[in-house]
Amino acid sequence: MKDLPEIGCSNTPVLKQRGQREVFCGLTGIIWLHRKMQDAFFLVVGSRTCAHLLQSAAGVMIFAQPRFGTAILEEKDLAGLADSQTEIDREVARLLARRPDIKQLFLVGSCPSEVIKLDLAKAAQRLSAQFAPHVRVLNYSGSGIETTFTQGEDACLAAMVPVLPATQDAGLILVGALPDVVEDQALALLAEMGIENVTCLPARRAGEMPAIGPNTRFALVQPFLGDTLDALQKRGARHIPAPFPFGAEGTTLWLRAVADVYGVSDEVFARVTAAPRARAEKAIAAATETLGGKSVFFFPDSQLEIPLARFLTRECGMTAIEVGTPYLHRDLMAQELALLAQGPVLSEGQDVDLQLDRARAARADLTVCGLGLANPLEAEGLATKWAIELVFTPVHFYEQAGDLAGLFARPLRRRALLAPLAPVVEAAE
Amino acid sequence: MKLSLWTYEGPPHVGAMRVATAMKGLHYVLHAPQGDTYADLLFTMIERRDHRPPVSYTTFQARDLGADTATLFKTTAQDAVARFAPQAIIVGASCTAELIQDDPGGLAATLGLNIPVIPLDLPSYQRKEGFGTDETFLQIVRHLAKPCALSEAMTANLIGPTALGFRHRDDISEVTRLLSDMGIGVNVVAPMGATPSDITRMGAAHFNVLMYPEHAESAARWMQQNLGQPYTKCVPIGVGATRDFLAEVAGITGLPVRADTSRLRLPWWTRSVDSTYLTGKRVFVFGDGTHVAAAVRIAREEMGFTVAGIGCYNREMARPIRVLAQSLGLEAVISDDYLDVEEAIAALQPELILGTQMERHIGKRLGIPCAVISAPVHVQDFPARYAPQMGWEGANVIFDTWVHPLVMGLEDHLLHMFRDDFEFHDAAGASHHGGQHSERAPEPETLVQAMPNADDSNIIWLAPAEKELKKIPFFVRGKARRNTEAYASERGIAAISVETLYEAKAHYARG
Repeated sequence: MKDLPEIGCSNTPVLKQRGQREVFCGLTGIIWLHRKMQDAFFLVVGSRTCAHLLQSAAGVMIFAQPRFGTAILEEKDLAGLADSQTEIDREVARLLARRPDIKQLFLVGSCPSEVIKLDLAKAAQRLSAQFAPHVRVLNYSGSGIETTFTQGEDACLAAMVPVLPATQDAGLILVGALPDVVEDQALALLAEMGIENVTCLPARRAGEMPAIGPNTRFALVQPFLGDTLDALQKRGARHIPAPFPFGAEGTTLWLRAVADVYGVSDEVFARVTAAPRARAEKAIAAATETLGGKSVFFFPDSQLEIPLARFLTRECGMTAIEVGTPYLHRDLMAQELALLAQGPVLSEGQDVDLQLDRARAARADLTVCGLGLANPLEAEGLATKWAIELVFTPVHFYEQAGDLAGLFARPLRRRALLAPLAPVVEAAE
Repeated sequence: MKLSLWTYEGPPHVGAMRVATAMKGLHYVLHAPQGDTYADLLFTMIERRDHRPPVSYTTFQARDLGADTATLFKTTAQDAVARFAPQAIIVGASCTAELIQDDPGGLAATLGLNIPVIPLDLPSYQRKEGFGTDETFLQIVRHLAKPCALSEAMTANLIGPTALGFRHRDDISEVTRLLSDMGIGVNVVAPMGATPSDITRMGAAHFNVLMYPEHAESAARWMQQNLGQPYTKCVPIGVGATRDFLAEVAGITGLPVRADTSRLRLPWWTRSVDSTYLTGKRVFVFGDGTHVAAAVRIAREEMGFTVAGIGCYNREMARPIRVLAQSLGLEAVISDDYLDVEEAIAALQPELILGTQMERHIGKRLGIPCAVISAPVHVQDFPARYAPQMGWEGANVIFDTWVHPLVMGLEDHLLHMFRDDFEFHDAAGASHHGGQHSERAPEPETLVQAMPNADDSNIIWLAPAEKELKKIPFFVRGKARRNTEAYASERGIAAISVETLYEAKAHYARG
């Protein structure tokens, strides 16, 4: 591991611009949350735009009966001709009758429901009482006027915290939705270190949700969970601050922070982590052949940008030109910023046209951006990586560190492979 | 409120985006919250566009709502005009902005821009994407097109093709060729490829070819009334429809029909003996009204299929599709709820679905092959090769596309001959579809003594009959089973024997 820089980007001034933000809203989180929580249904109360966003973000129309849907507001709902609360009751009753397997129902607020001040908390309370104990109904907002992309998961988890069962028992909660396979790897590493009573939020099923109390510790596996952090602390649980488990170094630092709290000896820590860590470093090294010495420019997307820039610069030999994030949570990012060597522009929020001007001027070897920008930038000769794949793909912890590096290396490798075509390629109309 | 799981159409402002993105030199200033920018990826990813859609979003946030969203809109419009230097802008609101009632049209008018500003009024809570394309194109034409001298040579405008349309790119080439064969030039193609200044000279054409009524019928009507241009009603998809289209054009222009059909292969391909197996195949047709009507005609007159059911998702086309269904003795499925469509398909058990990407997935679940004939589109619907639906080449493409999901004639024959061969077992499927068979629905469990029947009646299958049923090729077994049960049920037969099975087969024989 490299020596840790003293302050890194901790004191770097942040460029804040206000203009068009080319980002998803928080509803998008439903795409991975509904896969994670297998007995949950996400009912967006919104417009046709919300429904269209969800199916467009899901990419293809793949699921027979998806566990998410949109109660589309119509003219009569807005004109007050229909009582919205009654309408919600009717749609929920119909839905639950058709889907007896559903144990948790999330009423998800949207831009239009927020603007007309539809009280989904009231609806959730009433419906919870009606359908208890079989179904628990919660609400949160995934609206674009309040949340950006991954903040939807934050809002969802924060809404779950107040209803977690109380306990006085000591325990550790891993917070943030991970693919099951990755979650199992993390749990196995902690178990091997002798850390007991480890649970996850969100759990895969409603009946497995963690209990919480003053003797609970928690560690975040995702960097965008600021509101969830606050909610957990309100329940008396104590946060274990750490860098995020991306790459061999990030994973080691994250595990070390947790291990320290539980008094795991250096010897045990080394025994448990040595082999997977070596595997991760080996896998990263393969991708580093492609990535080493290359520059990267991050458009804001998921709040994963700062940890990923740290990973790419410290473990893959890249240079960061700009690291954009939709929202910079200073406390959660403190250790990450300290690790990130000075140099890149840090930007928060977005004026997409101005940022595109900077990206075009910088001409980084790799530009990490949203799907709306990727092909247009490729057509201008820039290599790009779709940011959304970083959220939908297993990338955390040791065994995925090589895959994570590979996601960045592949566009560059592909470009090199197709180099003979380059002079004749013209983007099709 | 209405629960929606998957939708066929987006909101109307996405329709406006399809028009704006198809055009050049036009910019759309859209009052919308952050998040609505997702729509950009439809164009850059599905259609592989190499430019961002020409849309500036205000992307207001909650904190702006208490402040001044109107100023935010004005700044966005001014910045967009300064940065992109469009010839004209369209302005409007998405669903959320509609609620805050800032009046983008009124605001833009106060800016003193020296280019045309076209306000759009697209009611997000009543209408959908198709309305959005049609209304947006109408407003653009109304604001910009002016009466002008007719072109000296005979010319037409091609109207209706938009971004994210089903094969619009290639249909334009094909229709241009059809007209060119008759000595007719193209004045303006719009919206696709047109600039606002092109729109101003649309009046120079002698008539309009209305390629897609979904997107341009209102504009066609307006131009007929205000510019005196007749428009074509026949959409040239399929051999017969293309001939009718040429006759219609001849009627409008007074020119004789001239057609170069040297490239047309469908008539021989469909008559050649390998196609015999297509005879009477039961198809279910669903999509936008225009493509459905065209597909029904091709299915019946050019492929020799039997149309078992039809429908469309766009209510604007409900009436003609209902009339068409009645003429076939069917009841149309007019719905934008894919569960209704799935139910209809499951009940009819067609041998082929001609539908949208949504029906393709329904087909996968039900184990029924599907060919895509209509939007909503998927990245697959933008092939690199030339693949029109209209005109002679369109007919060739349609023949290939529709036949592809089926087992070929000769192969069908071989499956019969070798049905006991281990390699021709049920799951073998069509040889040109790797792995497709695994998507077939599993056969229901069978009993040793008697198999339960498909519906809830009390008919049972005797073991020898059940064994015989298994000998029938898997791809017709479901139908044989249903037909036999229906036959038995009509005649009050409680237990199906081998005898019953063959009596039913004879009864339902197509001859």
